[in-house]
Amino acid sequence: MTDRELQQKSVQLRKKLLKYIYQAKAGHTGGSLSCIDILNVLYNRVLNIDPDDFKNPDRDRYIQSKGHSVEALFVTLADRGFFPESDLETLCQYQSHYIGHPTKKVRGVEQNTGALGHGLPICVGESLAAKMDHKSHRIFTLLGDGELPEGSNWEAMLIAAHYKLDNLYAILDYNKQQITGSNQEVMNTEPIKDKVEAFGWSVKEVDGHDLKALEDVLNNGPFAEGKPNFIIAHTIKGKGISYMEGVLKWHHGVPNEELYAQAQKELDDLELAL
Amino acid sequence: MDVQVKETKELVMGKPNLEVFSATLQDLAAGDQDIIVVTSDSRGSGKLVPFGQKYPKQMVEVGIVEQNLVGVAAGLASAGKKVFAVSPACFLTARALEQIKNDVAYSDNPVKLIGISAGVSYGALGTTHHSLHDYAVCRAINNLMVVAPADNVETEQSIRLAAALDRPIYIRFGKKPMPFLHAEDQTFEFGKARMITDGKDLAIIGTGETVHPALLAAQQLEAQYGIKTSVVSMHTIKPLDTELLDKLSARGCPILTVEEHMVHGGLGEACASYLFQKGCTNKFRIMGIPDEYTVTGSQVEIFDHYGISAPGITSVALDLLDGNFRMVKK
Repeated sequence: MTDRELQQKSVQLRKKLLKYIYQAKAGHTGGSLSCIDILNVLYNRVLNIDPDDFKNPDRDRYIQSKGHSVEALFVTLADRGFFPESDLETLCQYQSHYIGHPTKKVRGVEQNTGALGHGLPICVGESLAAKMDHKSHRIFTLLGDGELPEGSNWEAMLIAAHYKLDNLYAILDYNKQQITGSNQEVMNTEPIKDKVEAFGWSVKEVDGHDLKALEDVLNNGPFAEGKPNFIIAHTIKGKGISYMEGVLKWHHGVPNEELYAQAQKELDDLELAL
Repeated sequence: MDVQVKETKELVMGKPNLEVFSATLQDLAAGDQDIIVVTSDSRGSGKLVPFGQKYPKQMVEVGIVEQNLVGVAAGLASAGKKVFAVSPACFLTARALEQIKNDVAYSDNPVKLIGISAGVSYGALGTTHHSLHDYAVCRAINNLMVVAPADNVETEQSIRLAAALDRPIYIRFGKKPMPFLHAEDQTFEFGKARMITDGKDLAIIGTGETVHPALLAAQQLEAQYGIKTSVVSMHTIKPLDTELLDKLSARGCPILTVEEHMVHGGLGEACASYLFQKGCTNKFRIMGIPDEYTVTGSQVEIFDHYGISAPGITSVALDLLDGNFRMVKK
């Protein structure tokens, strides 16, 4: 896949996730749009995974801690060939496996998540097991900035540093907004870099919508031998849709018919311009 | 009813179940590098210091972070390790309840959750250190087995079976020495209760450390009143051995449950829920810790205070039998 095709895929994945949120009349729109570029790069340029051999013990792991952005994960997995995209027509419908959070009933999903502050501790366990077994696969998680205050995250950071888990990569989808308002207003977590470094991690900052920069950071670890890796990916909530970018109501807002058509048109135009 | 109780039969005293747990784990780890113990600064209270010395690479210390004890254990189990997450039952099943519910049970990571110093084992340390809610909360979580072994034999077998089990389980026990309740060669399987004695007049169903006083009461009931009692160790509280409950119920005898747990949501209510929905009309009584902050005392003193003792159980049993017995000797 060329770099241009990867960029086009980011737009296509945005179109898809909006389509399924629109159809289901439910979803976490803003956060899915802020992290979709990260997922695109992970699944197409970083993770050593094979949809036909998904349970291979040497595969890289991706566990999505911010489970509510499940639409981004589902469209990425479908695009990568884990299941037919048509399955997503049932998203959030009665008796569907495709619920509003990641579930292992969906092929390709590593863990059931949704409650916040759970992904990183599980990844610490996975990373410890890999070290015990002298395996070289990497373990990735995606954290939301709203869930960062959860104490379990900071407990996990202590443990990861204590055991020198440099095979662990925590990516923060730093769109700087959560359901009630900005992180600053709800619970200030800054200075994040200083805090995480003080917990013994190696931290890099990156533009979370710059595919090349993401790929370079995620594929060039560990950043420091013996230190777990933390990536602050600066993102924009609702990225790609003019009327959604940085607007709080799109945290889990669903567009009406007119706004949905506008969003798809903007993305069509963006794709053509690439 | 005031009842004088004398022990009629000496039971052979064993070790604390905690020590049996630790010794069994060492035995298992000797032949299996995938046996991993995760502790939250609890290796001393878990009698796991020798394990850590002998198998340092198979012990993961996470510090006092119970939520991560369980979350990290889930990740290790997901990667194929046979993980025993060990912490005092009070903290394990309260502080880390969301991790138990989501990361272990819901994600189906086969962690062996080990609640040590369970029930009121910590005695006078008080309510913060008692786990009288753990059966209730764990029973209410899908895909989680709940086990309380009564004696050393049941403890060793539980740990051995748990090591090979491919699904989540919660096992809890205390720290005082427990007598042997039955022969070592009896088969043991989860979900299959053990009849310690078989008598048709009355059934006493205990679990964990309450099976012992139940057995003492049964001995006294027979010695003093000629009452033949079935004493059952319902070591697996979920899934319940409903086959045995059916058998006991069919006898028409009173059924008495005894547990080291609040009377709400534990063994007694589990049995009652099953039996009464089946239409059983047996007289039925739940004994346990009432819905109050426990009296200050040692485990034995607390047991005695609430009647979880040979005289207490005997008294309730006679009340349930409602005069359908006669004194055979004083």
